[in-house]
Amino acid sequence: MYQFKFQKAKSVAEAFAGLGKDGDAKLLAGGQSLIAAMKLRLSQPSALIDLGDIAELRHIKVETGTVTIGAMTTHATVAASAEVKKALPALAMLAGSIGDRQVRNQGTIGGSIANNDPAADYPAACLGLGATISTNKRKISADAFFKGMYETALDAGEIIISVSFAIPKRAAYVKFKNPASRFAIVGVLVADFGSSARVAVTGAGPGVFRIAEMEKALAAKFAPESVANIKVPAEGLNSDLHAQADYRAHLITVLAQRAVAAALT
Amino acid sequence: MTKFAIGQTVHRLEDPTLLQGKGCYTDDLRPQGAAHAFVLRSPHAHALIRGIDTTAARQAPGVIAVLTGQDVKADDLGTMPCIVPVKNHDGTPRGETPRPVLALDRARHVGDPVALVVAETYHAARDAAELIEVDYEPLPAVADVYGAAQPGAPLVWPEIKQNIVADLHLGSKEAADAAFARAAHISKIELVQNRLVANPMEPRAAFAEYDPATDRSTLHTSSQSVALLRAHIGDIVLKIGDKLRVRSGNVGGAFGMKAMMHPEQPMIVWASRRLKRAVRWTGDRSEGFLTDVQGRDHKVFAELALDKDGKFLAVRATVYAGMGAYLSQFAPMIPQSVHSMMPSVYAFEAAHLHLIETVTNTVPVDAYRGAGRPEGIYVTERLIDIAARELKIAPDELRRRNFIKPSQFPYTTAAGLVYDSGDFEGLQAKALKEADWAGFPARKAASEARGKLRGIGLTMYVERCGGAAPPDSVALKVNKDRVLVLPGTVDNGQGHMTVLKQLVSEYLGIDMEKIDVSQGDSDANPFGLTGGSRFAVVTGTAAGIAAKEVVDKGMEQAAKMLEAAAADIEYGDGDYKVKGTDRKATLFDVAGAAGGIEALHIKNTGALTFPNGCHIVEVEIDPQTGVTRLERYTIVDDFGRALNPMLLLGQVHGGTVQGIGQALLEHAVYDNESAQLLTGSFMDYAMPRADDVPSFNTTFHHTPCTTNPLGVKGAGEAGSVGAPPAIINAIVDVLHAKKGIKHIDMPATREKVWRALNG
Repeated sequence: MYQFKFQKAKSVAEAFAGLGKDGDAKLLAGGQSLIAAMKLRLSQPSALIDLGDIAELRHIKVETGTVTIGAMTTHATVAASAEVKKALPALAMLAGSIGDRQVRNQGTIGGSIANNDPAADYPAACLGLGATISTNKRKISADAFFKGMYETALDAGEIIISVSFAIPKRAAYVKFKNPASRFAIVGVLVADFGSSARVAVTGAGPGVFRIAEMEKALAAKFAPESVANIKVPAEGLNSDLHAQADYRAHLITVLAQRAVAAALT
Repeated sequence: MTKFAIGQTVHRLEDPTLLQGKGCYTDDLRPQGAAHAFVLRSPHAHALIRGIDTTAARQAPGVIAVLTGQDVKADDLGTMPCIVPVKNHDGTPRGETPRPVLALDRARHVGDPVALVVAETYHAARDAAELIEVDYEPLPAVADVYGAAQPGAPLVWPEIKQNIVADLHLGSKEAADAAFARAAHISKIELVQNRLVANPMEPRAAFAEYDPATDRSTLHTSSQSVALLRAHIGDIVLKIGDKLRVRSGNVGGAFGMKAMMHPEQPMIVWASRRLKRAVRWTGDRSEGFLTDVQGRDHKVFAELALDKDGKFLAVRATVYAGMGAYLSQFAPMIPQSVHSMMPSVYAFEAAHLHLIETVTNTVPVDAYRGAGRPEGIYVTERLIDIAARELKIAPDELRRRNFIKPSQFPYTTAAGLVYDSGDFEGLQAKALKEADWAGFPARKAASEARGKLRGIGLTMYVERCGGAAPPDSVALKVNKDRVLVLPGTVDNGQGHMTVLKQLVSEYLGIDMEKIDVSQGDSDANPFGLTGGSRFAVVTGTAAGIAAKEVVDKGMEQAAKMLEAAAADIEYGDGDYKVKGTDRKATLFDVAGAAGGIEALHIKNTGALTFPNGCHIVEVEIDPQTGVTRLERYTIVDDFGRALNPMLLLGQVHGGTVQGIGQALLEHAVYDNESAQLLTGSFMDYAMPRADDVPSFNTTFHHTPCTTNPLGVKGAGEAGSVGAPPAIINAIVDVLHAKKGIKHIDMPATREKVWRALNG
């Protein structure tokens, strides 16, 4: 780790001001990716502005049709929330499947989606549940937010305040884990919104993406067999030591069926 | 009850300390004033070092010294020794790979140490290291053990032709060829022994102190043998003899890797002596991946010859064994065990191994749990399953036809080892029963009803343990109220202290509470090495002999005190007693009166032991994803005798989990072109975890070992030998049934299995 300055922000405004003063400063929102990268000297921010003390960023609100999670809410909090479990159990389950206990107790939803790791779980939840990301400047739909590997629509100085998920009739997330890192090699979230459906895939490509053909088939009939014969092209998917692109493509179809089956039980 | 007999389950006395975080590992030693070291390493797998500019680094804040290969040369340090003399089959000596502790003019693997920075803090040293400018000229590199020996491959050492550092034949080629010539059936296999990273929880570490008054250095380091390190570092590399003392505290896992001297150990002592100051270094996990000696790495071509009745005639193999960029201390010897283990538990006429040891631009390879035995057993047990399938004989039946029989002991195997004991047929029968082998078809049908594929795999295994060098010694010191046990071994987590107290408690009839064990100090402990599953066999026996010597030595004093002739005195339950009377004196009274009693047992008979057993595995494969789950796992072992059943099972479980790791998950993968390690962290190198591992059904089928008085055979590596062939045999059972596939290489990852089923 290189030397850096450390600041605890007491409000979003204070954090915003801090970012304005130092272009190489980064926000600390749990640090479960950033701190590890800094320890390996792969990341060298001049300063860290910790959002951990800002109470307004830690909340869970369930309203008619939406679940809203404050940006600094930890994965463990979401996973254990009785309200989330009741309103949107797939989201609680997904949060409970992230990383390990330590990561879940420190990592936050805002930190996760701002980082947009191509194998992270929350981007699949955001995209698959039609989330809206609220920042200190505007509201961004999940479809517009994720821009591919580690890139988002966030501008410099823009800070995520909360994420609102639409509550579907039913949803489920199924993850095929990398045996080493336990990140998703492929993770598929399916959601049934009645007249429409969403299918979001993480881990398989350079960033989270939807599969329109599956969504259309599931909108017509929300059943595993609806997606069983929909093949996903391997082109553009990740190929690495743990899974070649064609294996990932195949897994997407398998997991989509399993996710639909899980949503129906 | 405090006098524990041998064979009882005594809970680990180490645990209250270790589990509460009160252990003391090398990195826990942080005296004020110690300088911190950081090692700059080569980012290239192969490069000439044209020059190193350390000017800026030396001027950086907090920097005390920056040392390079030129300083190593100027100080005339010795090179890192390989202590195994191997002759090629043509009579010439093996190749030499002289390795200075810091690379001089050539780096030969990614991670090769190039410069050492010593500074007031770790971060100052690491920051300064980034200011060192190394003028590298990258060279073509080679990583593949087999490819390295092919014509035109880049040369790791210009002096070593075709990268072949040793080329030898073990066993009679003529006898094997003759047996193959008259074989009714020959089964063949080509396979890979995947390269592994040891990955102990505690990384390697070294902390050197210097005492100007005596000009002596003390190296604290996580190890398996302080005596071996003292000799290698003190006598060979630094040439300071016993001006070096080596100590090991608690050791958080070692697996063979920490038996080896690594360059940082002499390097840190050297820096400390130059600076006349304490210097400390602790490797991080990345350095562990890039520099800890690795395991296995073979490419194998093997054949099994059988007669018309399925009787084994001979086994022969050509093995390319990877040594990495430099020959580590024991490296060229390790794959030779492939030969000694190839006959396994069967009656063969001949066994022949053509062993070709190659150097590559990779981390050096040396002993890793099993150290040659898993590699040898895997070859034969895979071949047997292939032969069974080809001959349509059940795998258990084919093995049964070929077992060495109890009436044949002592039995000289085709590889020349003399097995003393065992009941292989009885043991397999017990394992088949424990595993409910007969009930497999029903379980298979149940799996298939759930859309899953079920396979069963069986393996027998045998190991060679005990043995001569180095002699594992035990010293005992008794004073007026305590017994001190000084073993030559270093506990790495096995529970040596518990077992030694248990043994000495029984040998001397003394409460365990009155026994202390002190390990890991080259000034105080006699010679020894933890490794090769030898602790119970060699150290346990040595403790017994030392205890007897203590009793004998006290006899004269006891006779004086009891006013009786020594011949009339017997020893038992901690007392010298005059036979037929109630007159007695305690061992402590006698030792107190004698001014203490000491005994040292350093003799080692060199006798070998042959732990053996059977693993039976049932896998369930999801054909849609290739996910392979271990559904049932049965292990029956013959360890001769259990000193402490709980600790023994701990060894079985640990070894088996490491074998599961090799079979399904672990693989040190190098890029073929650049020879960069692609699995350089836990993000990519998959270690087995709790949810990868089933509950084990373990039982014993002991036949006492006849080559040591305790009757024990050793258990530390057994699981790592049995698991890989059993698991692969089970997976191939499925792959063959579905696709006619004969073999799948380790690790049998989900993707490989899926491709095999869907190819």
